[in-house]
Amino acid sequence: MPDLLIELFSEEIPARMQARAAEDLKRLVTDGLVEAGLTYASAGAFRTPRRLALSVEGLSAASRDTVEERKGPRVGAPEKALEGFLRSTGLTLEQLEIRDEKKGQSYFAQITHKGRPAEAIVAEVLSRTIRDFPWPKSMRWGAGELRWVRPLHSILCLLTDEEGARVVPMEVGGINASDTTRGHRFMGPDEFSVTSFEDYEAKLKRACVLLRAEERAEAIWSEASSQAFAQGLELVEDRGLLDEVAGLVEWPVVLMGEIGADFLDLPPEVLQTSMKEHQKFFSVRDPRTGKITRFVTVANIETRDHGATILAGNGKVLAARLSDAKFFWENDLRIVREGGLEAMGEGLSNVTFHNRLGSQADRIERIAALAREIAPQVSAEADDAERAARVAKADLRSEMVGEFPELQGLMGRYYAEAQELKPEVAAAVQEHYQPLGPSDAVPAAPVSVAVALADKLDTLAGFWAIDEKPTGSKDPFALRRAALGVIRLILSNGLRLKLSELFAKADDRADADDLLAFFHDRLKVHLRAEGIPHDVIDACIAMPGNDDLALLVARAEALSAFLKTEDGENLTQGFKRANNILTQAEEKDGVEYSFGADAKFAEGAEEKALFAALDGAQPKIDDAMSREDFGAAMAAMASLRAPIDAFFEAVQVNTDNQVLRRNRLNLLSRIRTTCLMVADLSKIEG
Amino acid sequence: MTDAPRSFQEIILRLQSYWASKGCAVLQPYDMEVGAGTFHPATTLRALGDRAWAAAYVQPSRRPTDGRYGENPNRLQHYYQYQVIIKPSPSDLQDLYLGSLRAIGIDTALHDIRFVEDDWESPTLGAWGLGWEVWCDGMEVSQFTYFQQVGGHDCKPVSGELTYGLERLAMYVLGVDHVMDMPFNDPDAPIALKYGDVFRQTEEEYSRHNFDTATAEMLLRHFEDAEAECAKILSAPAEDPRTGKRIVMAHPAYDQAIKASHLFNLLDARGVISVTERQAYIGRVRALAKACADAFVTTEAGGFVPGNANADTSADATA
Repeated sequence: MPDLLIELFSEEIPARMQARAAEDLKRLVTDGLVEAGLTYASAGAFRTPRRLALSVEGLSAASRDTVEERKGPRVGAPEKALEGFLRSTGLTLEQLEIRDEKKGQSYFAQITHKGRPAEAIVAEVLSRTIRDFPWPKSMRWGAGELRWVRPLHSILCLLTDEEGARVVPMEVGGINASDTTRGHRFMGPDEFSVTSFEDYEAKLKRACVLLRAEERAEAIWSEASSQAFAQGLELVEDRGLLDEVAGLVEWPVVLMGEIGADFLDLPPEVLQTSMKEHQKFFSVRDPRTGKITRFVTVANIETRDHGATILAGNGKVLAARLSDAKFFWENDLRIVREGGLEAMGEGLSNVTFHNRLGSQADRIERIAALAREIAPQVSAEADDAERAARVAKADLRSEMVGEFPELQGLMGRYYAEAQELKPEVAAAVQEHYQPLGPSDAVPAAPVSVAVALADKLDTLAGFWAIDEKPTGSKDPFALRRAALGVIRLILSNGLRLKLSELFAKADDRADADDLLAFFHDRLKVHLRAEGIPHDVIDACIAMPGNDDLALLVARAEALSAFLKTEDGENLTQGFKRANNILTQAEEKDGVEYSFGADAKFAEGAEEKALFAALDGAQPKIDDAMSREDFGAAMAAMASLRAPIDAFFEAVQVNTDNQVLRRNRLNLLSRIRTTCLMVADLSKIEG
Repeated sequence: MTDAPRSFQEIILRLQSYWASKGCAVLQPYDMEVGAGTFHPATTLRALGDRAWAAAYVQPSRRPTDGRYGENPNRLQHYYQYQVIIKPSPSDLQDLYLGSLRAIGIDTALHDIRFVEDDWESPTLGAWGLGWEVWCDGMEVSQFTYFQQVGGHDCKPVSGELTYGLERLAMYVLGVDHVMDMPFNDPDAPIALKYGDVFRQTEEEYSRHNFDTATAEMLLRHFEDAEAECAKILSAPAEDPRTGKRIVMAHPAYDQAIKASHLFNLLDARGVISVTERQAYIGRVRALAKACADAFVTTEAGGFVPGNANADTSADATA
């Protein structure tokens, strides 16, 4: 069972593409091998900035011979038919078998397809994989036609078994496969040959290349943490940055440097963002003060001065960047201290939000009015909510947010604090964007909640008014996210809001019913993730007050829990039975039986018992409903289950006696009305 | 180990002799106002067609919006780029490039040199390529690009292009923090000149002119003239009535495209182009560049073989 080693050695592969590419290489090659009839025990993919590698263990040495059986002409058939059959099978007459069949004798051919050696299959599969590789963006180079992410320099392709290693003979775009590769660009540039995966990984390490991305990431993290720890500091965690940096180096060398004293007063988020975005530096924090005081850069080389030159150079670049940031920060603060966030936001009237929804200033005006409207419903001070809404977008005009858009909101909060606005107003400036995604935190402070709702509802109603709704996968204005944000704000804060009224206040041109249906769709997606099936939600949406999402969800949760019990299941069946009989009778008779059943026409014990049970349950259900205690209401309904079952067991509804029949249909109508008080059970499936 | 250069001009001279020693034709700057070395016809036009090409040159470049009256330590409205273009791109282009860094005194065993993904695109030239920005100790010192398309034409073969921002690179090598303090000639020369002695005043003058006094209506008119002239030149029949020869005037037309591009930059600095108009102007310049590229590939330098009227010169719009 040979092992297969492949390495595709190229110029630097963009960090963001490496992980996917390694997986694609593994998938395409192993799928191709299996398709061609080979089997293997295990496979692993590896990547560095300059290479993709694949190790396949326990590959079959050849694909198996396969035998195909083909039926030919009957014995005695015309000569031509037999000749044609021999030609098509490549056999001679002596090699054919004659078998007895019901209608006489026929020729049969056994055609053996010889298995192919692994070499031939590997060469074919790898060459196809390279030619059709799914890079997000690929290029040509020199005078060749081959495409790769950057120029491809060499292909290592080796099969190793007990007898040793042998190169798989193949050629792609003028590159012949070999058993050689190179190490680190500067620290191990010479060509060397390898005999197996173990040998490959070990020799790469000697040539200053760590093949495994996880090993590089781990080395960076532990070395950086310990350097920080030695100084009584802590490394700020950043998994995304760690993965990226591990994809930029083959031989990570961690270097820690100081941030100039001039810059230590910048907000930590500014330091962190600037260092990460521009320089790919990690931040190092002083746990006593919470300030970022140092940076960690990861070089790709060990030098005779132990990185002193590299660190000095990086420090210089950082100082230039931070000088810019400091300039922005001080300029922004000066504007805010002189004229407040209001002055900073002045230019927003010249910034278009959407050509049919006016400028950012127009939008702020609308959000402020809506926030004021919402405030009392979420226990916020109306004045605070309006004020916060008026300044919440001002930082979009700050120089800092111009440079680092991801700091929007946060910078606004810093500037609001510098202006000494109320803490709840300042917090709302930052928090009103939240929640940004399904896992982002949801604001709980009343002023923040009011502005966050107003911001999102204005956007939704506005785009509905101009008919720019999401379609299919297209949602350029992130309206689904906005609706989910509103849903999460309402549910996590237990807010009782009439959304339809708020839609009308946000923009009365919007089709409120359609927008509410959009919210219901988003709510279904949200609740399905929490295990509530869609038919349960549909049964609750069919009830009045469905624009009050907190009420709707309470109903759905109670119904979902109830349906999981035996009572729930049976009651639903009982309801459906009653409803079916009733509906059929109503259709046939052309009347609606809702006139009120009279207990005095009840005949048997079961019928009387059902009347009694309904009379007994009714006040309990009414009481529970008045408290919006859907669980208690359904528990009371569940007490009807046995009497309903017994009734259907013993009583014939459609009797010849029209008085009795009418009374019984009206009794079924009572059951229907009672059962429909919590949810429309007719929508429950199954 | 290379000894360290002492001045801005020494760095330029070393790059010139390095690339000359690697077989490049050392050209002179193009004699028009351009925004970057790529605009030189030695790059834009010569990247087209199948003829081999290797050139290196300094190109003075103008970016009116970057003017800072000579006060900013690294921003200038007039600066120099060093440009290398080799077609087809040789397989050791990265090594050749690293050699050029060593030639100007950057010890690659002591510094951290990295190739960081950066896809290059010039909307005004209708050109794009893949490559990197090269970092030295965290600072971008060059742009390294494999041209894939220029003027809407697929590049076959592919050219490798290197662009060095000379001031920034030199400041790093010379350890200078403010561009105006950088020695231009040898600091021990009888008349030692700093970069500021040569350019501080002009930076001031051009900053004022570009931002506040350039006459917008005139610039607009000249833009339209250049656009019209470009079209007129290209619409002339290939056969010259005076000589009877086939003379397609790709270069004179391209001069007009360059002019239009610079006029657009001036209008932009003047602040008279709105966000929505911007895209339209860029599209107009691109249309000119594309028309010039279409014309160039029908010339001899563009790979046109006389007598082979069927040579495929159509633009390939796949991108």
